[in-house]
Order: sequence, then C-alpha cells, then structure tokens
Amino acid sequence: MECKAAVLRVDKLKIANLPPLSFEVADGECMGIEGRSGSGKTRLARALADLEPAHGHIFVNGAERLETPPTEWRRLVRYVSAEPGWWSDTAREAFPVAAASQKALQRLLASLDIAPGLLDRPVSLLSTGERQRLALARALIDDPPVLILDEPTSALDPRTTALVEELLRYRLLSGCSILLISHDRAQIDRLSDLRLQLAPLHEAEAGGAGAS
Amino acid sequence: MTYVSLDVAHLALAATLILINGAVSWAFALGLGRTLFINATRMTIQLALIGFVLNWIFEQTSPLWTVALALIMVLVAGYEIVSRLSRRPKGIEVYLLGSGTLLVVGTFATVFTVAGLIGPDPWYQPRYVLPVLGMVLGNAMTGIALTASTLLETAARERPAIEARLSLGADRFTAMAATLRLALKTGLMPILNAMAASGVVSLPGMMTGQILAGLDPIEATKYQIMIMFVIAGATALGVVIAGYATVLLITDARHRLRLDRLHPPSKV
Repeated sequence: MECKAAVLRVDKLKIANLPPLSFEVADGECMGIEGRSGSGKTRLARALADLEPAHGHIFVNGAERLETPPTEWRRLVRYVSAEPGWWSDTAREAFPVAAASQKALQRLLASLDIAPGLLDRPVSLLSTGERQRLALARALIDDPPVLILDEPTSALDPRTTALVEELLRYRLLSGCSILLISHDRAQIDRLSDLRLQLAPLHEAEAGGAGAS
Repeated sequence: MTYVSLDVAHLALAATLILINGAVSWAFALGLGRTLFINATRMTIQLALIGFVLNWIFEQTSPLWTVALALIMVLVAGYEIVSRLSRRPKGIEVYLLGSGTLLVVGTFATVFTVAGLIGPDPWYQPRYVLPVLGMVLGNAMTGIALTASTLLETAARERPAIEARLSLGADRFTAMAATLRLALKTGLMPILNAMAASGVVSLPGMMTGQILAGLDPIEATKYQIMIMFVIAGATALGVVIAGYATVLLITDARHRLRLDRLHPPSKV
C-alpha cells in the first residue's frame, strides 16, 4: 500500500454554473467537498477524472490533464462514483489479474473486512455495503496517487465506516491526496485538512455558461 | 418461358382485396381508413415509378445512371437506419455512419456477387447490379439499425458500468466491449434466423420471383443460396463497421462516454 506522493492543482475549472474553481491539494492532504444536492459536487468529481468535458486546467505533479493520455490520467486521478457500476458476474473479474499480487489484494480486502469468498459470489447477490467496499478496493488496488471519493461510506454501518476511514488515513500518510465528497459533516471534520464549499446553482452567478 | 403477363385489369381486380382491410378497419372502428387509402396509393405509385425508372435505366448504355440510382438507394437506406434508432445521436455524423457503412458494404457485396460470381458481360448491367444491391441493402440495413440501436440503448442503461471501467483506466473499446458484443449479436440475429427459416417457413422473395418468371426451381434455388451467403457476409461486415463507428460516435478522443450527444429518448 504505497502510492506516489501527488499534488493536485486545479486552475479556473468551469463546472456548470459554478464560478471558476481554483484550488490545490498537496500530497497527504484531504479536501472535503461540501454543498447541497445539485450543487455540482459529482460533476466536479467527474470533471477531475476527465469523465466529462470542462474548461480549465488540472495538474497532477505538474502534468496537465489534456496533455496526459486519458487512460493514464484516470490511473493518476481515480474516481469512485457514489453508485459504482459492475460489468461482470463476479467482483473478482473486476480486479486486474496480473497487476495486483494476490497478497496485496488479500491485505486490502482484509482491511475492509471483506471475506475473500465474496469475490466469487454474483455481484447482484451482494449487499449494497459489500458492493461499495468492493468498489473501493477495486479502485485502490493499483495505488492511484489522487483519489476522488463520492460518498464512499453512504451504505456502510459505523464499524465499516471506521475501517474505510482508517484505510484512507493510511493512504494519506503514504502521500496520496484525497478529495472527499460527503454529506456527513463529521466525516469531513475527521478526515479533511481543507474544505471546498460549492454554492448551490441558484446562488451562483446568474447566466453562467452551462456546459452542454 | 411460362411467364404470364398481367394487365391493368388484373391489378384492378387484385385491388378489390384491399377492401377486406377497409372492412376490418370499419368493423372494429380502427380509424385506419385514411392511412390505408394513402399507403395503398403510395405503394402503387412508388412501385409503378420504380418500374418505369428501372425500365429506363435498363435501356441506357452508360453505367452512370445505375450508379446514380444505387447512390439514391444507399442514401434512403441510410436515412431509414437513423429513423429506426430510439436514441438518436445529435448532428449529421449518424447519417454518415448509416449511409457510409451501407456504401462500403453494398459496393463490396454487389461487385463481388455480380462481377465475381454471376459474371454477366458486361458485369455492370443494371439488371444484375440493382436487384443484388437492393437485397444486400435491405438486410444490411436491418442488421445495422439493430446494432446501432442496441448499442446506444445499452450504453445509456449501462453507463455506470462503462464509466466504472473508464475510471479504472480502461480505454473506450475495452470499457464498451460487453456492450458492443451484445449489439453485434443482436444485429446478426435476423439474418441467422432467416437462413434457418428459408425454404421451410418462408420461400425467399428472389427465388419465388424467378420461379414465377419461369425459371427452373433448381436454378432459382442456386441463386437464392448464393445470395443468402452474400447477404450474411455483407450484414456481418456492416454490423461490425457500424458497431465500431457507433462506439466512436458516443465516446470522444479523451475516452469519455458522451451520452450528451444523444437526443432524449423518443416515445416509440
């Protein structure tokens, strides 16, 4: 569990009707992103992972988003959506076979309290919480330097939430940077070094250019 | 030749059968009378016109007229593909996708069949080129429309799964591999089913026509078997080209899934 230290710098990023966003998250820092539903949190997260077009510059360790191949960029900036999708019958197929050593995978699963047997059970039979933790494991297995987590513990009980937070703290210690979207104020208080408050759409500047 | 010519009186007599449709519409209050009248008239005029057009083209020595009609057929079939999509992409590219694919597939299959297999002299006679092209286009069109339609609908439905793969660093073709496979399979089903049913459930149109025109059934069958293979090959090629083109259409160079390039779902 080591990820290269990463500095994320965002320069005048334009999301929907929000004013241009500029911020920096240094290595080992966690930034909490707050805002009401519909304020553009998820769109910001998707734009950072380059899943949707947005004007502005995003840098990881000085490498600009559009100058980095998209597949490479998403290995640097890993987005975990609030409702992770699955494309295979079992979760095991979602983990890269060669890339991760089995030992690292087992360690990761153990730290999230996922029984190894769950990997081979049909995804449709898993609980929402199990799927959420497996999606997190799947995103962490190749140690991406920047993590963007959209409500990572929304389906978890306090005990597993604590496990996830512990894992994230460990990542931060090893130099990762994390952007955390959460409705849970207390969680952001526990993990974040800085926070970004997104103003709801109607409070943002009127007549701002909406991305299509 | 045992060919029997029809005159207008025969057609008028056959047209009386359309009264059955009228009676059904009236008896069940379907309100289809107007549509029935318009569509029956359309059918008659369209077929009569194409008869005269073909007659005229067959008399021309220049193959340019054949090419012109072939291009019109390709464009109309391409337009038909787009109109069958329930999730229609914005912009003009989708028309290019439909007609362009048909142009490639239709040219290849028609030249291969007429010049390579049938081999009349000269090979580009409209009497051979246009019917073969028509059959290829009709079937390829169905396959392509099904493939593109399935791909677009599935991509919209499976967006979380596709974007999960993209987020994990997959390129757009890897992320959409399962979607593409389903779309290709769906597009190939009609021609596979047609091959299984032909001769048992249905007597294919071309063979029936040749038999009615007085051709020996064995000879007619040989033609039909040949054309089935050609159609199957052409459809497979068309479905693959259209499948990849559709993936390119709803993703961008940054390997993002761009569902914003689709119109909202139309009510079907």
